[in-house]
Amino acid sequence: MPALNTTATADISFMLLVFFLVTTSIDSDKGLNRTLPAMPQEDAQETMDVSEQNVLRITIDDRDSLQCEGETVTPQQLQERIITFMGTAEIDKHVLSIKAHRNTSYDAYFAMQNAIVAAYHSLRNDYAKQRYGIPFEQCSPEQRDSVITHYPQRISESQPEGD
Amino acid sequence: MGQFKRREREVPGLNTASLPDLIFTVLFFFMIVTHMRQAELKVQYKVPQGTELGRLTHKSTAQYLYIGPPSKELQPTLGKNTLIQLNDRIVTVDELRDLLAKQRQMMSDEDQERMVVSIRADRNTDFGIIADVKQALREANALKVNYSAVDIEE
Repeated sequence: MPALNTTATADISFMLLVFFLVTTSIDSDKGLNRTLPAMPQEDAQETMDVSEQNVLRITIDDRDSLQCEGETVTPQQLQERIITFMGTAEIDKHVLSIKAHRNTSYDAYFAMQNAIVAAYHSLRNDYAKQRYGIPFEQCSPEQRDSVITHYPQRISESQPEGD
Repeated sequence: MGQFKRREREVPGLNTASLPDLIFTVLFFFMIVTHMRQAELKVQYKVPQGTELGRLTHKSTAQYLYIGPPSKELQPTLGKNTLIQLNDRIVTVDELRDLLAKQRQMMSDEDQERMVVSIRADRNTDFGIIADVKQALREANALKVNYSAVDIEE
């Protein structure tokens, strides 16, 4: 009896392996990384002197309408407005002020956060290329720190309306 | 001399009978390394889409928050309102704060710095619930969050 040709059994196990690799990556492990502000200490009184032109007001109402300084915008337009705003306001004193409504959908809130993060990524990337000649991801930790100091994230989220 | 068969001159082919064993070894390696957290999902959710997504790092210290309406099988007992599930149990916002604070205390200092809360909330959740969750996280000093999402299909 001639022996079975077993060269194809490796292919069968490849199929099993590929099937397994594909099916176990369904749950998304990606997301928007954010850091929440710490609770204010009872004794620390941080009073900030913020003038009107250094504040960019972003609001979403209960009908998911996104507004920047009173004008309705799309997330893409919001991203552009943030970039322009960061160019005009004083770097150390600018603030992005966010206010939503309790009945806003999470989707609209997420789209707004996405636009803000996109604006920061774009600004930091451009600055890194201009100063160091390489994109932000390829910067060393010290370079990243200096880019971050140049464009710090100063975001103020107030309690949503509609309690 | 020409009568003898000359077939012995060829190099014998490789015996590939053990290749599947190698593949099974790789397969078992993957099965052990990529374990998904086996918390039984009690809520159903569909995450929003985004473009600026980063990976969830340090999964060993990650806490998972699932927010959405209960799954169909559990709706008769749990109703239809949005619920919050921390890892494997349904919690209220107050319980969330206490449980997270306890989890943090049990971790080493290094782990406390690395702990991320992965928020997997349904797209249509009211923001009010998310705001309460964020406030509870701040009070528990769990400040690193990752809003789970999928890439936008271009």
